[in-house]
Amino acid sequence: MSTNAANTDVQPLLHARQLTCLRDEEPLFVPIDIDLPDGHLLVLEGRNGAGKTTLLRALLGLHPLSADELRFQGVDVLRERHPLCAGALWLGHLLALKGDLTVRENLHYSLAIGSDAEAGDVDTLCVDLGLAGYEDTPTRALSAGQRKRAALARLAASRSALWLLDEPFANLDAQGMQVVERLLATHLARGGSAMLTSHGVLPITLPATTVRLEHAR
Amino acid sequence: MSALRPYHALLARDLRLAFRRRADLLLPLGFAVLVVLLFGIALGGTPERLAPVSAPVIWVTVLLAGFLSLDGLFRPDVDDGTLDQWLAGPTSIVGLMYAKALAHWLLYGVGLTLSTPLLAMLLNLPAELLPVMLIALGIGTLGATQIGIVAAALTARLRRSGILLALIVMPLYLPLLIFGSGAVDAVRLGESPKAALLLLAAQTVLLLTLAPPAAAAALRIGSDNPP
Repeated sequence: MSTNAANTDVQPLLHARQLTCLRDEEPLFVPIDIDLPDGHLLVLEGRNGAGKTTLLRALLGLHPLSADELRFQGVDVLRERHPLCAGALWLGHLLALKGDLTVRENLHYSLAIGSDAEAGDVDTLCVDLGLAGYEDTPTRALSAGQRKRAALARLAASRSALWLLDEPFANLDAQGMQVVERLLATHLARGGSAMLTSHGVLPITLPATTVRLEHAR
Repeated sequence: MSALRPYHALLARDLRLAFRRRADLLLPLGFAVLVVLLFGIALGGTPERLAPVSAPVIWVTVLLAGFLSLDGLFRPDVDDGTLDQWLAGPTSIVGLMYAKALAHWLLYGVGLTLSTPLLAMLLNLPAELLPVMLIALGIGTLGATQIGIVAAALTARLRRSGILLALIVMPLYLPLLIFGSGAVDAVRLGESPKAALLLLAAQTVLLLTLAPPAAAAALRIGSDNPP
């Protein structure tokens, strides 16, 4: 990942000092420090409106941020515009599924558009995510939890180093949460890292570092 | 091939979505037929009075009908988070805009051009004008789509963009309209339409080069974190 091989073990995947998001030029939360090495999970905690979602969006260049230092895979994010877009996979609140298209069609599209994912066998993915039998159902006919599962397929097919997951457990039943935990565990075991947001107790047992966002007032 | 995979996927998705809502696809055609009928009735319907105006009327009608589809070009993608995924993803937005524009032209530009014989019949367009009309519309609608995606990208995140979209798009349609209906007029007056068609094609090439990058920039400017 880095040209400086000797440096890779000391260089965390994501490194931030005094990072905060800006709203109307004002910091949204008390600046935080992040050191996320390969194979680790970071949980962003905070009340509603603390800026968890906004922080994930800001890391991808969708929202203004300020930081003393912000590096991703050793690249200065503050100077190079958004290296995270190429190296991170983001699952937001909006699932980017088209209600008129079937699960299969949606998956074919979303796997192709995130160019680094390999074609992936969509049928296997559907079985994996507990959507077997729904491959040809338009996503508008699915429940919120099933749509979430369909969106999670992007994780299953992803080879990105960093996952940014916004409330990955929302709308899911116990089995669905297990699916997410399994996907996360596989990803971490492969040396990938993940950052996820939560405002409560996480329904998973994976080891994680927690960063709490506090309102800047 | 694999480098084009994301763009191909978007093109296929847009076409598939459109054909899943066939009724929406036929609305611009219905609109065009009605407008042409209104003109035909208002002008009295005699061939002598219709002949000089039928080509311009068809041009304006086709441009307006294509314009109607612009409001829905990016709105669904904004609402369901697709646009944010594009902006946060590894794929070139400019490339995606080319795919988007191609899908729009194939659906509306080609669709409306192919329906021109019907419009021409309703307006008593002289038969010898039909070939040049089809060629001019085929080229002109490709240019009009490029103008449309820039305007639609600029207004994508506005809640009510209809009138604003019209104000942006209509003046930019003018050069296409002038040379497009000029080509048909040249044939009607017994001259060669070559000059007008070439100028029309030149405009379309220029728009093809400039518009998709401009639309990509417009989408970025409209985001919460403009460059």
